[in-house]
Amino acid sequence: MKDFRAELIKTIPPSGIRAFFDLVIGMKDVVSLGVGEPDFVTPWHICESAIFSIEKGMTSYTSNLGLLELRHAIADYLLRMFSVKYDPKQELIITVGASEAMDIAFRAVLNPGDEVIILEPSYVAYAPLVTLAGGVPVNISLIHGDELVVDFEKIESKITNKTKAIFINYPNNPTGKSFRKDELVRFALLAEKHDLLVVSDEIYGELTYDYDHICFSSLPGMKERTILISGFSKAFAMTGWRIGYAAAPHDVIEAMMKIHQYAMLCAPISGQIAAIAALERGNKDVKAMKKEYKRRRNIIVEGFNKLNLYCANPEGAFYVFPSIKRLPFSSEEFCIKLLNEEKVAVVPGTAFGSTGEGFIRCAYAASIENIKEALRRIKDFLQRHDAL
Amino acid sequence: MSNDELKKAILDILVTDAKRSVDDIAAMLQQPKKKIKELIEKMEQDKTILTYKAVINRAKFDSDRTTCLIEVQCSPQRGVGFDAIAERIYKFPEVRSLYLMSGGCDLMLLIEGETMRDVAFFVAEKLATLDHVKSTTTHFLLKRYKEDGFILTGQTNPSRLAITP
Ligand SMILES: Cc1ncc(COP(=O)(O)O)c(C=O)c1O
Repeated sequence: MKDFRAELIKTIPPSGIRAFFDLVIGMKDVVSLGVGEPDFVTPWHICESAIFSIEKGMTSYTSNLGLLELRHAIADYLLRMFSVKYDPKQELIITVGASEAMDIAFRAVLNPGDEVIILEPSYVAYAPLVTLAGGVPVNISLIHGDELVVDFEKIESKITNKTKAIFINYPNNPTGKSFRKDELVRFALLAEKHDLLVVSDEIYGELTYDYDHICFSSLPGMKERTILISGFSKAFAMTGWRIGYAAAPHDVIEAMMKIHQYAMLCAPISGQIAAIAALERGNKDVKAMKKEYKRRRNIIVEGFNKLNLYCANPEGAFYVFPSIKRLPFSSEEFCIKLLNEEKVAVVPGTAFGSTGEGFIRCAYAASIENIKEALRRIKDFLQRHDAL
Repeated sequence: MSNDELKKAILDILVTDAKRSVDDIAAMLQQPKKKIKELIEKMEQDKTILTYKAVINRAKFDSDRTTCLIEVQCSPQRGVGFDAIAERIYKFPEVRSLYLMSGGCDLMLLIEGETMRDVAFFVAEKLATLDHVKSTTTHFLLKRYKEDGFILTGQTNPSRLAITP
């Protein structure tokens, strides 16, 4: 029998996270800092609105773009929170998670061979989605020693006449790094100078701990060239509801909608109703979770630095990205040994691009007890390997 | 952060977990340990913090301990309102909490006794016979579903995948 798989698919490597997941599964008493989702359940009032809607028989398709009431609620929210104005009828589409929004964004804008600049380490889906859309991911490392630095000259040097878009994600998974105004302005200048589209994944936008998030499309002149991607998974602890959205100029949304209407038809209605409830009354829940994440961040950052594993203070999301470069192990070896010897699950930095070598990603979407226990075990691990 | 804000943040942590150490609180709030320690001591001294205690699930052990809520209607007294009668009532050790209420009753008491008889005795002999107490309505507590923010009935934490992107 012949191999039925498409050539393109065969070029896409399996996710590094998946491989690691297979190791952890079945292991007992693992303390996991490997989870990229909130450890909170969705606030009850949000669940309750969805349950009520199901009881009322709201179990149908919605319009392709998503419930207009939800699009209105998102437009109001974006204006209130981030001072960006989008037309709910023309410039917003509700998707099955931010994941689908990214997928259809790339498919809607990339011609075969178009290049997309991706800053690494980066969330696992970007480069494969660009490839699947026929584009070419151009990875640029932000790692300088133990630090994360955006080198704009390096980025500019990678821009060719094939470059279509630059992809940014802040606050960032896996590093927790966010961008300040001055950095965003430099991205904006680059985009303008080279006439690039900016795809901005701001799904962790609410979760910044030291200063307010700035939406990329709120910068002067940027709304016209930005696809803003976000969703409800992170800030509202709604990963399983699968609701995200994209906000972009009308023609881009129309193009994305063409794919969405055939591939997805619409996002699940119960999730959309829950999302409306989240925007209407979920602010205090976000605030409470954010307060808790910030305290956990402070504990984990101090913890790693005390262990002499350099860990920058991340501005947002719920990840830290400590350096393990002073140990004689690769990231993957470190994570496998740590898992086998101490039953602590963290993710090798290399799962987020080869530049993540020498780092591990630890999520602090875990209770303080678990974070402290993980740190204790990592301390034992370092001691055993004469690294303390 | 001002001292008042910091005190609020410390209390916010301690009310959910009184065992949280000074070291942890200092790390969580990115403040010097010495300062956290001082502020906690200050709040203990000025009785902002009254005590530290455990929230327990009584269903986990056998106990005849009885709890009831009692609504009390009484006549306020000139000059002192309900304060005088409240004072008479709260001095009984059986009274765990006492609140002045709006609505259908004047005072609400939370009573705990070792047995049902203790509680019945307290209501019949002590409370109902007080001057100015017009009537009492006693509600015995049958089952605790949630205690101080903690759900007590068989709710387990939903499991999550150990590794996700
Ligand atoms: C940066 C980033 N973008 C997007 C997603 C996917 O979000 P959604 O659940 O909305 O598909 C994740 C999930 O981990 C993420 O970390």
